[in-house]
Amino acid sequence: MNRFLTILFAIGLSLLMLSGCSSTPSREGGAEVTEQSTGAQTGAGATTSAASQGEAWTGDPLQNPNSLLATRVIYFDFDQSNVRMDYRDVISAHAEYLATHPDVTVRLEGHADERGTREYNLALGEQRAMAVRSLLMAEGVADNQIVVVSYGEERPASYEHNEEAWALNRRVELVY
Amino acid sequence: MRQFFYLVVFWVAWQAAAQADLTIEITEGVEGALPIAVVPFGWQGKAQPPQDVAGIIAADLHRSGRFKTLPQVDMLARPTRGEQVEFRDWRGLGVDNLVVGHIQPSGTSGYVVRFQLFDVYRGEQLIGYSIPTTGPNLRRTAHRIADLIYEKLMGVPGAFATRIAYITSVRQGDGPERIDLRIADADGYNPQTIVSSSEPLLSPAWSPDGRKLAYVSFEQGQSAIYVQEVFTGQRRKLTSYKGINGAPAWSPDGRKLAMALSKGGNLDIYVLDLATHKLKQLTHHYAIDTEPAWSPDGRQIVFTSDRGGKPQIYRIPSYGGPAERVTFQNPYNARASYSPDGKLLALVTREDGNYRIAVQDLESGVMQVLSQGSLDESPSFAPNSSMIIYASKAGYRGVLAAVSVDGRVRQRLALQEGDVREPVWSPYEK
Repeated sequence: MNRFLTILFAIGLSLLMLSGCSSTPSREGGAEVTEQSTGAQTGAGATTSAASQGEAWTGDPLQNPNSLLATRVIYFDFDQSNVRMDYRDVISAHAEYLATHPDVTVRLEGHADERGTREYNLALGEQRAMAVRSLLMAEGVADNQIVVVSYGEERPASYEHNEEAWALNRRVELVY
Repeated sequence: MRQFFYLVVFWVAWQAAAQADLTIEITEGVEGALPIAVVPFGWQGKAQPPQDVAGIIAADLHRSGRFKTLPQVDMLARPTRGEQVEFRDWRGLGVDNLVVGHIQPSGTSGYVVRFQLFDVYRGEQLIGYSIPTTGPNLRRTAHRIADLIYEKLMGVPGAFATRIAYITSVRQGDGPERIDLRIADADGYNPQTIVSSSEPLLSPAWSPDGRKLAYVSFEQGQSAIYVQEVFTGQRRKLTSYKGINGAPAWSPDGRKLAMALSKGGNLDIYVLDLATHKLKQLTHHYAIDTEPAWSPDGRQIVFTSDRGGKPQIYRIPSYGGPAERVTFQNPYNARASYSPDGKLLALVTREDGNYRIAVQDLESGVMQVLSQGSLDESPSFAPNSSMIIYASKAGYRGVLAAVSVDGRVRQRLALQEGDVREPVWSPYEK
């Protein structure tokens, strides 16, 4: 969802930018107006810039609600601890952030749904967190930036006893 | 109106000190339960006796599901000694056995409890004892008497003078959870909180002498194994390695603790020597190995492993060696434990998507499913091997239940508030 919004935002801004300036380079007097990929000058001195993920947000990337980094929960299928393909981009975003901020640590909290025995579910939660850890480390995150803790079924996100609840509980949370 | 509110609060608080935390309902009893009458005990003292000893005995016997106890209102006479008994009266009421007794004060704070058990049809005494005790121990003495009666009539020791430990979880609305580790008498009386936490507590395990509990606590932000003396409250942290510290299990001689640790990269079974603190790794497999439990002779450890793809029960010599698979029925079997007589394993099995309690006969390999829920777990044998207490769900609430090993007697124990889970039955106290 976040990715879609970001793309829309980028398209929207681009359209705004294109409508405000000439599409071909022209010479007026001594000034040279050229189009650049990241910025363009309009005649009246106003500047607009194209939106890109990093540059529109000037604060801490972790606080950017439109960034992939805002996704802090990864969900898993029943009895599975491998990370689904649709979460790989999220993991890459976190990996990139961590790799470029070596002083930052992340706590990976693994969970399981309530079915089955508690100690085995502690192990399942840990396997899930370790799967996320492996992917992060494969993309350059250092071992000492990652703490892994499993809560098994002890800290559910939902206290209901149905498939929806169980799906919400099979997760790894990235806690900064 | 305000006055009423304060009164209620006070009353509940006062009651809570003595009242049962758990209420027990028999949901299924044994056909042919033995009819017995336990006559209110005589009392030779000034004030009221501090406990209804006969009431405690009758409740114990009734709770076992194997006795049908005569209500006090139906008793035509109230003998307190053998000489006073008219057996004809009791035959007419259809009771097979009769218990009479009385309590005498002894010294400044003690009592002597005398009781006799009779065969009504033969008009004979079967057993009779005189037991000195103290005020605080009067309930325990009543439970011991119930044990003696049970053993005489059933041929198997009773398990009434025992305790259970369990975990409770209470949440006020959307507020924080409070998780307690509690112990209570096996009839639910005298509940005491021994640990209270806002972080998870799990896997309580009684030491073989019944004086300590090992458990897993997340109070420091990750799992660690603690051992706590039940009667002094003293505790020490045993392990807090990186990764999971879980599933503590005492060896029968109390000198070692088996456990599941993932400090080596994946969860394996280890054995910790409590005196030397030396750690020995028992399993060396990349799969999940957890939930160890010792055989009564201390020579084997059963554990849960998914090395075959899904969780099943395996067995390994406690001094190390190859693991062999033990369960072959159903796609999921976990958390096995030996009966104290060494004949059965209790475990959690999944059939048709339902998680249930089952026993497997170690000699024949035959598995029998004993419970009927869909999310049953944490089975624990009574020390006389005749019953299993476990965690179940009633609607959305966590409750405790007990079932006899032949599956014929079933009970439910319900906590008044919150969720109850992870029951463990204490061994006989030494």
